[in-house]
Amino acid sequence: MAHLLVDRISKQYGNHIALKDVSFEIPKGKIFGLLGPNGAGKTSTIRMLTRILYPDSGEILFENEPLADRHVRSMGYLPEERGLYKKMGVSEQLIYLAQLKGMSKSDAIREINHWFDRLEVDHWKKKKVEDLSKGMQQKIQFISTVLHRPNFLILDEPFSGFDPVNAEKIKSEVIRLKEEGATILLSTHRMESVEELCDNICMIHQAQKILDGSVRDIRESMKEGLVQVRHKEPLEERPMKDMLAEYIDGKTEAGAYVSRFRLAPYADTNALIQWLLNHVTLISFEEALPSIHDIFVKLVSQDVSSFHAKEKDATQL
Amino acid sequence: MNKVFIIIAREFITRVRKPTFILMSLLGPVLFGALLIVPTWLTTIESEDRALLIKDESGLLLNADTYTSGLLISFTDVDLEEAKEEVSSGVFSGLLYVPATDTKDPQGVRYFSNSTPSVDLRNNLRNIVNRAVEKQKQEDMGISEEQLRALKADVAISMISLKDQNEAEQNAIVASIIGYATSFLIYIFILLYGIQVMRGVIEEKSNRIVEVILSSVRPFQLMMGKIIGVAAVGLAQFLIWVVLAIGLYTVALNFFAPELAQADLQASSPAAPQAQMDAEAMEMVLSSIKSIDIPLILGSFLVFFLLGYLVYSGLFAALGSATDNDTDSQQFMLPITLPLIVSILVLGAVLKEPDGSLAFWFSMVPLTSPIVMMMRVPFGVPAWELALSISILISFFLLITWLAARIYRVGILFHGSKISYKTLYNWLRYSYR
Repeated sequence: MAHLLVDRISKQYGNHIALKDVSFEIPKGKIFGLLGPNGAGKTSTIRMLTRILYPDSGEILFENEPLADRHVRSMGYLPEERGLYKKMGVSEQLIYLAQLKGMSKSDAIREINHWFDRLEVDHWKKKKVEDLSKGMQQKIQFISTVLHRPNFLILDEPFSGFDPVNAEKIKSEVIRLKEEGATILLSTHRMESVEELCDNICMIHQAQKILDGSVRDIRESMKEGLVQVRHKEPLEERPMKDMLAEYIDGKTEAGAYVSRFRLAPYADTNALIQWLLNHVTLISFEEALPSIHDIFVKLVSQDVSSFHAKEKDATQL
Repeated sequence: MNKVFIIIAREFITRVRKPTFILMSLLGPVLFGALLIVPTWLTTIESEDRALLIKDESGLLLNADTYTSGLLISFTDVDLEEAKEEVSSGVFSGLLYVPATDTKDPQGVRYFSNSTPSVDLRNNLRNIVNRAVEKQKQEDMGISEEQLRALKADVAISMISLKDQNEAEQNAIVASIIGYATSFLIYIFILLYGIQVMRGVIEEKSNRIVEVILSSVRPFQLMMGKIIGVAAVGLAQFLIWVVLAIGLYTVALNFFAPELAQADLQASSPAAPQAQMDAEAMEMVLSSIKSIDIPLILGSFLVFFLLGYLVYSGLFAALGSATDNDTDSQQFMLPITLPLIVSILVLGAVLKEPDGSLAFWFSMVPLTSPIVMMMRVPFGVPAWELALSISILISFFLLITWLAARIYRVGILFHGSKISYKTLYNWLRYSYR
């Protein structure tokens, strides 16, 4: 069942089209990736989901009802443009933000203690936000988003500002929230986290949807006959490009050689294996699915020139 | 709990515990007192006597009373050029020259000095010569001092307002002091706290916390919460000042009253009539204070203070939302502060004629009325004018808040390029639906 359904929404600022007929649905209890280059329309989409902006046309349904303020009030929202009151104490500020979400003060304090334990930040409670480092502030910001136990979360670039260790910690918290039943919309351009986290994605480019579906289906459908081979000896010869397979690249990895090939049209994987067996000792042979990153770059760079022109417009709002 | 109330509480608490607020609350009455007392005190400091030379060829001044406080006058017989020389060499600061002329209508009286003489000095010199001429004429006409004194009239006119049933006496001075004080307080509060609203909006915007908050509340709730919260801070400060001022006054009275009474006694013995006059004046002031409708003044002060603040802080909030930092806001500050400055500038004219047409119109125009009307209220304003002014102000407040909210909701999420009046206009027309 769709937790949130976006049906053909469009948005225009003056002459600039921010979003055109974009539709997608976010299944309940899944992590949904909203992907796209800067200025593609991600932030506009999210601002319409949080009713900061309204679509010019189209409809948004939340649990089968037209999206209303009360739905938004229950969401947890971590905007890309985020910050905290610098002069306020950490606890005090979290209580304030939780109260605005409709939580009672005592509930807020209980949840704050819980999260401070989880993220090992207990000793910051009394500090002012301005005395914390950027990464610490990001943690507080993350806590403020999930404090009121939302069942629908919008996380816009949640890992920016974290070092790799803390990014992993937040990542595992996101997965835990999903396991506890929350639906999560994740907007990012860090593609490696998409493959790890997302069940479904929607890719927006130049205000339009260019791709959506489950991550596995998308990778499957975008495969281009790439194979990855691990072998013991270096490869001294290349297979015949037109008849068999094109050699793409190679590297060494943990004492073995890893080569990638693109099969020639109508060529047989068995034929390639046969050829390889004559030259090297095979360790493994597998079909290489394109990464989401590869797909993203490929789709987005198809229209590079017009994309740059758009990026300038997009900074207007 | 209502979300606007949560916002109001945060605005209030975070501001009230700031060291600057506590400091201002404690020092405010002292500073205001100093503001009133220091200029008066400075004028009473006696300046050094000015040495003046008089060359009188007519004999007019020789037997006249030339005594003037602050002037040290000596006569000279040397010729004019030599006397001028004494002035330009710096021995004397000026030379009054009266040529040989008709003493009943002297012509060609001149004053030489190295610098441009002050207005005070001009008046003093004119008085010296005029007094001498008058005395000359009086002697020529054969009028004695007694006759002259008998001629002088000094009729006091009591100003009585028909509005009050007890026909209490009115004193324009007390009314104008109250008018000035309340008008200035409103001016200072609007400026001080209006700018705090603007700073707060800019802070939230540049902190980027605003989008987080907007997922919990409407922009309008956030704006109104801030405006009302800051107003509460202003009222709290005002209350603290009133309490402190009364406290200080009581303490000072208890400490210094015996000494003052003694000083009064000493002062009064050689100049009893003077003391009597003081007592009369005091009684008049007291009775005119009684004649002033304190509940009306206090009530209209609160109404005009709050409405004026609400109108201006709406403008300041919109301005804050449209800019990224204090520097950018400067270009839009002037149009907002201009009506405030104009209101202060016309106060003098309003004071001269509190029910004139200038006073009337400025107390109707909503951006100037909070200040100008407060100047008029102590003098008595027809009820319909007060009602009309307040209704205009309320309607204007609703209009401004509506306009400000439209700019605010777009502005707070807008970052980047500098904005112009044209963009502001576009935001006003910008529709979300």
